[in-house]
Amino acid sequence: MTDQPAFLELLLRLGDDCLVLGHRLSEWCGHAPMLEEDLSMPNMALDLIGQARSIYTRAGEVEGKGRSEDDLAYLRADREYRNLLLVERPNGDFAHTMLRQFYYAAFMEPYWREAVASSDAALAGIAGKAVKEIGYHVRHAGEWVIRLGDGTEESARRMAVAVDALHPYTGELFAVDGVTDAMAAAGVAPDPSALRPEWDATIDTIFADAGLRRPEVAYPQLGGRQGCHGEEFGFLLAELQYMQRAYPAMTW
Amino acid sequence: MYAQGLIGADAATTEDAAFLERFQARIDAEEKIEPNDPMPAGYRKTLIRQIGQHAHSEIVGMLPEGNWITRAPSLRRKAALLAKVQDEGGHGLYLYAAAETLGVTRDQMTEELLSGKAKYSSIFNYPTPTWADIGAIGWLVDGAAIMNQIPLCRCSYGPYARAMIRVCKEESFHQRQGYEIMMTLARGAPAQKDMAQDALNRWWWPSLVMFGPPDSDSVHGDQSMAWKIKRFTNDELRRKFINATVPQAEFIDLTVPDPDLRWNDDTQSYEHGPIDWDEFWRVVKGHGQMNRDRIAARRKAWEDGAWVRDAAVAHGEKRRTRHTAALAAE
Ligand SMILES: [Fe+2]
Ligand SMILES: [Fe+2]
Repeated sequence: MTDQPAFLELLLRLGDDCLVLGHRLSEWCGHAPMLEEDLSMPNMALDLIGQARSIYTRAGEVEGKGRSEDDLAYLRADREYRNLLLVERPNGDFAHTMLRQFYYAAFMEPYWREAVASSDAALAGIAGKAVKEIGYHVRHAGEWVIRLGDGTEESARRMAVAVDALHPYTGELFAVDGVTDAMAAAGVAPDPSALRPEWDATIDTIFADAGLRRPEVAYPQLGGRQGCHGEEFGFLLAELQYMQRAYPAMTW
Repeated sequence: MYAQGLIGADAATTEDAAFLERFQARIDAEEKIEPNDPMPAGYRKTLIRQIGQHAHSEIVGMLPEGNWITRAPSLRRKAALLAKVQDEGGHGLYLYAAAETLGVTRDQMTEELLSGKAKYSSIFNYPTPTWADIGAIGWLVDGAAIMNQIPLCRCSYGPYARAMIRVCKEESFHQRQGYEIMMTLARGAPAQKDMAQDALNRWWWPSLVMFGPPDSDSVHGDQSMAWKIKRFTNDELRRKFINATVPQAEFIDLTVPDPDLRWNDDTQSYEHGPIDWDEFWRVVKGHGQMNRDRIAARRKAWEDGAWVRDAAVAHGEKRRTRHTAALAAE
C-alpha cells in the first residue's frame, strides 16, 4: 500500500461506523415494538459487528503494530473514533432508528458494491459479504420508513420529526478530504461524493411512497470523521469499553 | 430457554369416559395429536398454559442477557451474545405460533403476561450484575432448559414437539457457549475466577428450582405424564441435571455451593442439600428482586411500540384499498 496512513484512517472510519451503529441497534434488543423487530434489529446489529471485526482486523494488519480487533474497538480515546455523527445519534423512537438505518444503508449499499473491485483484496472480500447484508438493511429499514410515513397520523408525525432531526447529519456521508481522495485515486475505495446521486434517488423513491419530503439542509453537521463527537458518544464509549477498562489485559 | 416445571395448570376436563378412553389410546400408541384433532378441554388448556409459559420465558429471558450486549468484553463475545439473545426471541416466536394452533392469539398471551396472569420461568427474576452471569446463564439455565426440553421433543402434541426439536439444537449450542465463557473466566486472572465462582454461587440454586416443586408436592404432574405432555418427573429431571453439571464444575475447578452435595454409589447419582422452596414460591408469586422490573420492561416495550404496530396495520389497510381501487380503474 502506497499511502498507508490514509488507508488506516479509511479503515477506522468504516469500522467505527459499523461498530457504533451496531451498538446503537443492539440497545433495542428485548425492547422492540414487536417480536419480529426483536429479531431483525439484532440481526442487522450482528451484520454490522461482523463487518467491524473484519475491518478492524485489516486495520491492525495495515497499521502493523500488532493491534487486534478488540484493541481497536475498545482501547482508543473518544477523539480517536472516526465514525459519522449520524450513526452515533441516540436511538430516539423507532422512527428515528429506522430512518438512521435507512440513511446509512442507502449510502453503504453502493459503497460496498463499488468496493468489491477494491485494489486491496482484503477490503474487496469484506465488501463482497457486506454488500449482500446491507441490501437487506436498505429494504427492511426502507419498508419501515414507508409504513410509518404512510401509516397513521401519529406515525407520520413521528417520521417527519425524525427526518428533520437526522437529515442534517447525512451530508457527512459524502464529505471528501485528503483521505477519500487518495483512496479513490488508488482504487481502494469509492469517492463518497460520487455516490450522492444514487443515494438521493433511493431516498426520493422511498420518501415518495412514505409521503415524506427530503429537506434542503443549509448547514450539514460534520465532525465525526475528525473525532469531534456529540455529547452522548462518551456515554456510549463508557458502556462499550467498561470491561476492557475495568479489567485491563485479560482474555475473555 | 426455558421450560420450567409447569406452574399451576388446571387439567380439569368434562368429556365422557368413552371419548377420554379413545384419546388416551391414541396417546398410548404414541400418535401425535395435531391441531384439528379432537382433544379433551383439559389437554388443550394444559398445553396452552405450558406453551404460553414457555414462550413468555424465552421473551422475558432476553432481558437479563440483553443487559450485557452493549458491555460485552470483546467483539467475539458481543456477536455471540447478540446471536444468542436473538435465538431466544426466535424460540418465543415458534412457541407462540405453536400455542396459536390451540386457539389463542399472541396478543392475548402477551396481555396475560403483562397483567401477571401468565407466568414465566422464575429464573429470570434474578439480576445479571456481572459478565460472568452471562456464562452462568448459558451453562446452567440453558443447561437446565435442555434437560426439560429434550423429553418435550417427544411430547404428544405435534406442533409443540416439532418446535422443541428446533429449539433444543440451539439450546445445546448456548449451553456449550456459556460453559466456554465460564471456563475462560475460571482459567483467567484471579478477578475473573472470582467473578465466575460468584456467578455459580448465585445461579446454582435458582437453576435447580427451574425443574419445579418436588414430586411429593406436585399436584398436576400425573395427568401431564399420562397425556405424555411430560415424560419425566421434576425430581428425575433435577437429578439428571445435577449429575451432568457437577463434573463440569469440577473440571473447571469451580465449587458447587452445596455443602451437602454427595455422590451416592448405590444410586449412581448425586444427593443435594435442602432446596429453599419458600424462596421459590416467593419469586413465583412476584417478590423476586427483578419481577417488577422484568414486567415493567416488557410493558414499556409493548406500550411504547403500540403506535408502530398501529401504523403497520393502517399502512397495510391503505395499501389494500389502493390496490383494489387501482384494479377497479383498469
Ligand atoms: Fe430458548
Ligand atoms: Fe437458550
